[in-house]
Amino acid sequence: MNLSRRELLMTFLGAPIALAACERSAPRAFPEGEIVGANWQLGHVLREGRSFEVAADKWQQVRVAIVGAGVAGLAAAWQMKRKGVNDFVVLELEKEAGGTSRSGEGSPVGFPWGAHYLPVPFRENAELIELLDEMSLIEGRSDEGDLIIKEQYLCREPEERVFYKGRWYPGLYLHVGESEADKRELAAFEEKMNAWVNWRDGSGRRAFVVPAALGSDDAEVAALDRISFGEWLRREGFTSERLFWYCDYACRDDYGLKLEETSAWAGLFYFCSRVRKSGDESQPFIAFPEGNGRFVRHMANQVAEQMRPSHAVVSIVPGDGGAEVVCLADGELRGFRCEKVIFASPVFTAPFVIRGFSEERPFDASAFHSNSWFVANLQMKDRPRSRFARDFPLAWDNVLYESPSLGYVNATHQKGIDYGPTVWTYYYPMCHEENGRTKLLNYDWRELAEVALTDIGRAHPEIWELTTRIDIMRWGHAMISPRTGFIWGGERQKAMQPYRNIHFAHTDLSGLALFEEAFFHGLRAAKDIYGDERKFAGR
Amino acid sequence: MKNIPLLFLNVVVIATCGLIYELLAATVSSYVLGDSVTQFSLIIGIYLFAMGVGSWLSGFLEKELARKFVEIELAVALIGGFSAPLLFLTFASVSYFGIILYSMVFIIGALVGLEIPLLMRILKDELDFKDLVSRVLALDYVGALVAALLFPIFLVPKLGLNRTSLLFGMLNAVVGLWGTWLLEPLIRRRLTVLRVKGFIVLVLLAIGFIKADSLTTMAEDGLFPDQIVYAKSSPYQRIVVTRGKLGHSLFLNGNLQFNSFDEYRYHEALVHPAFAAFEGEPRRVLVLGGGDGLAVREILKYPSVESVTLVDLDPLMTGLSKELPALAELNRNAMDDPRVEVINSDAFVWLDNVELPPFDIAIIDFPDPNNFALGKLYSTRFYRLLRARLQPEAAVVIQCTSPLYARKSFWSIIKTLEASGFTVKPFQTTVPSFGVWGYALAKMQPFERPAAPRTGVEFKFLTETSFTTLFDFPADMALPDEEIEINRLDNQALVRYYETEWRRFE
Repeated sequence: MNLSRRELLMTFLGAPIALAACERSAPRAFPEGEIVGANWQLGHVLREGRSFEVAADKWQQVRVAIVGAGVAGLAAAWQMKRKGVNDFVVLELEKEAGGTSRSGEGSPVGFPWGAHYLPVPFRENAELIELLDEMSLIEGRSDEGDLIIKEQYLCREPEERVFYKGRWYPGLYLHVGESEADKRELAAFEEKMNAWVNWRDGSGRRAFVVPAALGSDDAEVAALDRISFGEWLRREGFTSERLFWYCDYACRDDYGLKLEETSAWAGLFYFCSRVRKSGDESQPFIAFPEGNGRFVRHMANQVAEQMRPSHAVVSIVPGDGGAEVVCLADGELRGFRCEKVIFASPVFTAPFVIRGFSEERPFDASAFHSNSWFVANLQMKDRPRSRFARDFPLAWDNVLYESPSLGYVNATHQKGIDYGPTVWTYYYPMCHEENGRTKLLNYDWRELAEVALTDIGRAHPEIWELTTRIDIMRWGHAMISPRTGFIWGGERQKAMQPYRNIHFAHTDLSGLALFEEAFFHGLRAAKDIYGDERKFAGR
Repeated sequence: MKNIPLLFLNVVVIATCGLIYELLAATVSSYVLGDSVTQFSLIIGIYLFAMGVGSWLSGFLEKELARKFVEIELAVALIGGFSAPLLFLTFASVSYFGIILYSMVFIIGALVGLEIPLLMRILKDELDFKDLVSRVLALDYVGALVAALLFPIFLVPKLGLNRTSLLFGMLNAVVGLWGTWLLEPLIRRRLTVLRVKGFIVLVLLAIGFIKADSLTTMAEDGLFPDQIVYAKSSPYQRIVVTRGKLGHSLFLNGNLQFNSFDEYRYHEALVHPAFAAFEGEPRRVLVLGGGDGLAVREILKYPSVESVTLVDLDPLMTGLSKELPALAELNRNAMDDPRVEVINSDAFVWLDNVELPPFDIAIIDFPDPNNFALGKLYSTRFYRLLRARLQPEAAVVIQCTSPLYARKSFWSIIKTLEASGFTVKPFQTTVPSFGVWGYALAKMQPFERPAAPRTGVEFKFLTETSFTTLFDFPADMALPDEEIEINRLDNQALVRYYETEWRRFE
């Protein structure tokens, strides 16, 4: 046992787990694998702010250039295509579209590299429903008009389980061993959430709804953004450790932030935005083995003609009648002269590529903090056996109570494949770390694989033998952080306004990294450019 | 030598052990191979003959008789002691089981046959010849009586075959080890080496005995009322076959699948209503689950059937139905019929991916929905996938657990079938080893329930009158008044019903 392994495990998993793991000193078979994906080195070139000379014959004329083929960029492109607009390009830094919704292909099933589910939208979210309809996911509508998704695409039971002190239990909230006080607090918490679900402002708007832009901006709601979710819980009189864990898990899961860093507004949004009325279940999840990769692949296929992968946008020069977008592709500079730009990249990158942005400061891009994650995909030749006859069986989402990770998702679950090879996707947000991003980039494949295997190995000691390959994606800027004060701080509201001919479209503008929010902003930007549908048709 | 009376005690033990091994081999082989008359006769014959061979071979041993006696003791202890576990293990994994069985019986017999002549020669200088012969042989037969009495009355019921085998191996080893002291003056050289050997053998057997106790097979000896004749874990389940007074039983993960005494009731009710409800000549039949081949046996009674596609998860199970004589006999070698194609796959995944001409009849015989992996095989999604593989007039029967013990579970399956677009006629019958059992007869369009089974087929259970009563549901099994949930992949309501209902009987 060398010291650096202990230090590594201490850093990522905390002292108790690290010490327990280090007691076993026997060398283990280590699976193969590598660091894959996100081109952060190329990304960082952008920060140098050089000027770029494009050869005269490398210029192209398009009406719209969409920068970034994540969900927002794809949604904007999908919307334009749907309305008969074809004169645009989608410029993507990476080799493939999808952003943090990308997925991997494999056998027996594909697997996610990031986002991996979509809650069924409310019936009001008409455009998102159109996307689902186009993908043939919809079975019909209930009498009330609510969407009915085909059974095979809804997350199959058992959805979640939690590992606590050596055993697996059903669900995410840990019921085993709870005291009467814990039960009372959980009930009181649910009551508070129900009250917020039913809350309406003077114009009849909900406090929390997806997309967030349709929710209320009432002062009572906005005030929640000024305190952390942890602070909110304490002010409401909550003390239950397992309730705090549950809320902390929710923050880490959806926002990559700890409870004490997360805006209370965002915390409540998580619990309230997908419940139609008090007492209802939260909207069920649409899930695919490869996660949200299914959605991005569908949209990307619709705009394959316009897609320009491996095109790193290095400079955007807005002018009076349009903008010039310069890309680095295949080792050369290419330019696009366009009327409008849809900037669907993370907002923090705006000052690095948009000329004049830093000087004119239409909004403060540095207010848009993002957090970092690493995601490991474990190719497994078989799945571990239950250690106890009555242990709760493998679920879709498998959470480790005592771990700073989010646990793992089982890719074959949704296909009904319950035996044999599978892929597990392990998620680790760097939210417990100061300078998490720098640290993350300093760790190599073997170290991060060691962290993932040690963590999962607490629940499944045989993981080392069952894993044939472990690949790791380091997400330096994984998602926007809804830290205290950001949601209603004003900067994201400013960013919704176009800057000269550049329209911003990214989930960052909601302050929440969610498929629906990205989709909403992509569509919003496309509509801002083309106005109403008649204008679309006219083009 | 002053230890002669103690040496005579050894004779008793040796004789007991010898007969025990013989009885063990005969019992194991008749359990796993069936036909106990043949097996007992063969084993006794081979064993006695081998003893004769051993006695004859003893004539070739000249020097160091005491040492050789001890070494033979230890060899008998090792081979005899591990004989029953070894036979069970090899039966599960090799096809040339007979060779192993008879060779083992022969080796043990020969070694036992060596023991008494050697002992007599060791003692020949201590006693008159007539006393020697009378005492040794008398005690030898006493030992045989002890074994013959202990074996059926105490050993098999209390210890089971494996532990009996290991226990007598240990006794044999003790005799050998003890012999190093009793015969010390006759051994002299390298005594310690011999004692260490003896000790190692004793320890190995003791470990086997203790470990065997914790091995699942052994634990199962206590779980199952009858003798286990086959036990093996596949990646999917634990398969156990037992044999008792009423015949063979098959257990998957400890749950009874059938008892040969009354399985015909279950399988006739499972298969023939579908054929009765189908109009025309059924040719293509799909069986999902049913790896024991017993439903196929019933299906093959219809000459119009051209192909039977059996989809069962576990190759170990379908292989066993072919190769375990007791099972193959029960399913009348159905799995070897050229019309039968066996596919080892999860039926859910298979249905989702397969492209085959539509089926006329489907027989669905999964284990009860006691976990989520099984629950999906009773979901609306599953039944919709099934519909897509059937011709429009097709008839289906599904085993639906007990409407008496698990009333809500039963009706949840019926509701789920209806929600998937089937017209359903639930029915039930009594299978003594299960209790009251329920099924669903379903078609994709409205139909009248059939009045009688098809003619020209031989039944042990069904008659025209009993057939109509299948569809009657007494009040305590009828559809309950409360709302019953439909089982979907995203709620798995059935697994929860099932757990709650069956837990009452645990």
